[in-house]
Amino acid sequence: MSDRRAWVAQVMGLPVSVHLRGPRVRTGTVEERVARLFAELRAVDAVFSTYRPDSVLGRLRGAPPGPAATADPLVREVAGLCETARVRTGGWFDARRLPLPGGGTGYDPSGLVKGWAVERAARHLTDLTDHDLCLNAGGDVLLRAGPGRPAWRIGIEDPDRPDLVLDVVERAAGAVATSGTARRGAHITDPRAGRPAEAVRSVTVVGPDLLWADVYATAAVARGADALDWLATLDGYAALLVDAAGRVRATPGWPGSRAVSSPLTDGCRGG
Amino acid sequence: MRRITIWLLSTVAAVVLLFSYRTSTMGAGETGSVAAGTDPGGGSWSGTDGGTGADPSAGGATTDGGTGSGGDSGSGGDSGSGGDSGSGGDSGSGGDDSGTATGSVAQTRWGPVQVKITVSGGKITDVTAVQVPDGNRRDQEINDYAVPILRQEALAAQSARIDSVSGATVTSDGYRESLQSAIDAAHLG
Repeated sequence: MSDRRAWVAQVMGLPVSVHLRGPRVRTGTVEERVARLFAELRAVDAVFSTYRPDSVLGRLRGAPPGPAATADPLVREVAGLCETARVRTGGWFDARRLPLPGGGTGYDPSGLVKGWAVERAARHLTDLTDHDLCLNAGGDVLLRAGPGRPAWRIGIEDPDRPDLVLDVVERAAGAVATSGTARRGAHITDPRAGRPAEAVRSVTVVGPDLLWADVYATAAVARGADALDWLATLDGYAALLVDAAGRVRATPGWPGSRAVSSPLTDGCRGG
Repeated sequence: MRRITIWLLSTVAAVVLLFSYRTSTMGAGETGSVAAGTDPGGGSWSGTDGGTGADPSAGGATTDGGTGSGGDSGSGGDSGSGGDSGSGGDSGSGGDDSGTATGSVAQTRWGPVQVKITVSGGKITDVTAVQVPDGNRRDQEINDYAVPILRQEALAAQSARIDSVSGATVTSDGYRESLQSAIDAAHLG
């Protein structure tokens, strides 16, 4: 017997929804695990939110974390991951020169913290092995389904029509992350030009890790014109891209119906 | 291609019937049936031609696989039930299950109604009214009300099988109107 239940909370300024399928979703044990998951996300936000003047990052006000800040092992881990992300994306994901909430530019790891935090928080449910998890944090999704159980079906939002889906992918594990300009305007900065990136409207990346799927999607939007070629080089990850003209393209490994060999990738956007 | 076209056009017919139902509901108090889609040559289908092997990065239109006329004949009574039979006389070959289909013009009491659906990978991705009655204030109310419902219902029918939605960062404000919030709501508690 498998039941399904959802929990939703606003954390880190985002709607976070946890869906679980399994026999004990209505028990106190599972309730308590989900509560721990949300508590972890809140704790991370208390450290990393650039909107909170009292957080570690808020106190830095855009300065790169020095020895005092990296004394906190979480800050040290995130700072290290941001540097790895900068290298892996050829500099297109760069936490060091981003627009800050209070104006100006400076250090802001928020683009990486969300995926990192969600992966950390999901560990509270790891030992519920007979339960399947679908965790959606503001449009970035982490998935887990046991062997022999149905995969989760994830709709990819149409950036021009957020009430519609462009495609559907089935995943039993891993992540689906989307970055783009649809919801918050051009908020992704091209770190080289120092201005908002606008050539790509939306990039969805699927792959094993939410942190990296999210970082790659963000870097691809910043990158613009040659983003799809770059995405195709990422081992273990596949992507769907909508450019500023509304053209939809996918990398060869894309698991949805908009396969790269199909003329579908250009069609069907009338109406 | 043929199978999917038939399905598409019957879907269009059903959608037109739905529209007729909505409008007839709103016109409660009046009697008479609303006919939907009795124009045998009014429907058209434009789908992808799977045989072209077009380079997806080349741009341009690749959706001109074949056009056909579909004669969906249906009659919708005030109850909203009707015998709609969609038949697609498509002449496309090697097609894929993607493209757009335009239903025939349905003459309703308030004027002509025509609906276009967009399909991708066998799924309806959009429903738009290409022709709706407009003339007086009440018609405008009907359009404002019924057209979004049409789209919602056709899309909801297939998005029912989606577990989650990945999209550009949804803020707390945007969440209330999102597809994700509807999915969540169905499983809360």
